[in-house]
Amino acid sequence: MFDGIQRRVVSIWFPRLASDRVLRMRPIEGPFALTLEQSNTNRIYCLNRAAERLGLSAGMPFSDARAFCPDLQSRPADPLADRRFQHALRRWAVRYCPWVGLEDENGLVLDITGTAHLFGGEAELLMDMRQRLSRAGICARIGLGDSRGAAWALSHHGEGSAAIGCALDALKDLPVVALRLEEKTVTALGRLGLRTVNDLASAARAPLTRRFGSSLLMRLDQALGYQPEQITPLADPPHYGVRMTLPDPIGVSSDVMAGTERLLVQLCEKLKSRETGARILCLTLRRVDQDSQQVELRLARPMRDAARILPLFERGIKDVDAGYGIDQMRLEATQVEPMPVQQLSHVSSGGKDRLDDLITRIGTRIGLEKVQRFLPADSHIPERSFLIAPAAYSTPERAWSPIRPRPLHIFPPNPLMGAQSTPTPPKHFRWRRMSFSTARATGPERIAPEWWLEEGSWRSGVRDYWTVETRQGRRLWLFFTPQNPGWFIQGEFA
Amino acid sequence: MSYTLFMMPDFAKSFPLRPTRVHEVCGPSAASFAAVCGARTQGPVLWIREVWRPESINPLGLSIFFDPSNLLVAQVKDQNEGLAVAEEALRDGSTPLVIQDISEPISLIQGRRLQLSAKEGKSTGLCIIPDGMGSNAAESRWHCAPMFDPFPQPADSTLQRWELIKNKSGTLGSWHVRWNTASRRLHLVSATGE
Repeated sequence: MFDGIQRRVVSIWFPRLASDRVLRMRPIEGPFALTLEQSNTNRIYCLNRAAERLGLSAGMPFSDARAFCPDLQSRPADPLADRRFQHALRRWAVRYCPWVGLEDENGLVLDITGTAHLFGGEAELLMDMRQRLSRAGICARIGLGDSRGAAWALSHHGEGSAAIGCALDALKDLPVVALRLEEKTVTALGRLGLRTVNDLASAARAPLTRRFGSSLLMRLDQALGYQPEQITPLADPPHYGVRMTLPDPIGVSSDVMAGTERLLVQLCEKLKSRETGARILCLTLRRVDQDSQQVELRLARPMRDAARILPLFERGIKDVDAGYGIDQMRLEATQVEPMPVQQLSHVSSGGKDRLDDLITRIGTRIGLEKVQRFLPADSHIPERSFLIAPAAYSTPERAWSPIRPRPLHIFPPNPLMGAQSTPTPPKHFRWRRMSFSTARATGPERIAPEWWLEEGSWRSGVRDYWTVETRQGRRLWLFFTPQNPGWFIQGEFA
Repeated sequence: MSYTLFMMPDFAKSFPLRPTRVHEVCGPSAASFAAVCGARTQGPVLWIREVWRPESINPLGLSIFFDPSNLLVAQVKDQNEGLAVAEEALRDGSTPLVIQDISEPISLIQGRRLQLSAKEGKSTGLCIIPDGMGSNAAESRWHCAPMFDPFPQPADSTLQRWELIKNKSGTLGSWHVRWNTASRRLHLVSATGE
């Protein structure tokens, strides 16, 4: 950076990020706390000002807190949603400067070097920030300094701003905890009588380094601006959406298709530049009367070839009611998957592509998960010896090797009528209102239940399977349960 | 036991089902017939089934006919949806064989639409119908029933009687067949004189 502009950093700390997030959605009067299961105890995770005033604190067991304060209202905490909220705030903060990074789990750090004048000065910028955050119902402490360390110290301990080049003046009365030190170090420094930043800054450096290692003085130098510290701005996730506004409304489906084609070409360029392919596409058609209609397309395979995707939209667009006309179209890839460029091979893959397109087209009609394929599974239990997986999300496997003959059709076991409860196959039996007489029986093949999996139909214990050839022609798959005597039929051979 | 070819009438004229047409099969062994058709197909097979059916296809049982990784199953909620899917798949032609389980009679219009789409996509359709629910548009209709073989066979397949009960271009006939699991071929068996 060239001389003349001093680096300025703002650190924002949200002391009640989690509870503010929940209370923004549904405001609650009175004490409120979020609870989280930590080390086998339900503890308070975050709480509002009213609860704090009553003497509750984060980390205390929730049952104790209820005893202190019977009218405490609580909700379970959702740390993942809190992270999302923090990221949303980070996006918001980009309005002040382009360099915004995350600080810990409940803070932001902004490099506002050279942007403060856009808001009329630093004081006005901080005021604007404070006003907007308090209007949004978010409690924030803001610190401003020459370095990230100074800003952090000021935001977490006593809120304020350090003038340019006067970091030590602003920090000197703060406790050493404000230097982002470990708790162990802070205790040891306290025993040495070094309680404030000023004490530490004026102490001899060499003994401190020998006693505490280099990290202590590194933190001090970072806070005072002698050592640089980077702010890592997060990149916005790529946005796969394109839209088009039309001067005059359109209503003919061929026009809509032409518009979709233009959008698709743009979108596919975007996908191509990032080596990704769309899995789910959503086309939103806004009508003149402000109503909007959506066409969702779920693809059997990630794709970014506009010419192939376009015909797949045909069916969805045909069903759209254009009303008085459509004047805005928006196409977004709501789910994308990585799709690296591949070497074209001389072996044609056209058949595979056509099949995937067919799966997509059938999928738009009946649902993509309803087009299935079988995958082999490692089990002797007949129902578990294969898996059924959606064809769009699986690849075919060729490891089918039945050791013993298996029937072509299997069904949930039907009890056999008119069969004796003896281990030898019945001579005569009735099934589906047909009578059968056994001509030959091959077996038994004993299959034991898999004790490590819970399965209701296998409660009756081991099964002895028999292949029974009947005089009537059918070859059936019967089993006997010796532990719970009874005959059942489970399949029919081809 | 030796297999002798039963030459009259000519099975080879009717059995590999005439391509680019839609055929029908009924009877207790209709699923085996469909599996044999799948074994004669190069490429993926689409089997359209209704969700409510209690019995399911066992891929391990199917593997004696053809590789189950070639099979795609479309679970549809009713017959109309199934017919729409069948039409789409037949017209597309990327699955050379489309098998559909039928539970209600299909009208002449529906049958004709299937025929047209099979012609357009150069694919073959096979409807597994309940007895007596055929459509007039079908190219051929088969009735398949298992038979008891008094001589024990080492091969793990059922002796069946395949009867051609409707044929738009050719004669009718009936044959005894058995699938040979080792060579993965259909063998004609001479009828035993009982």
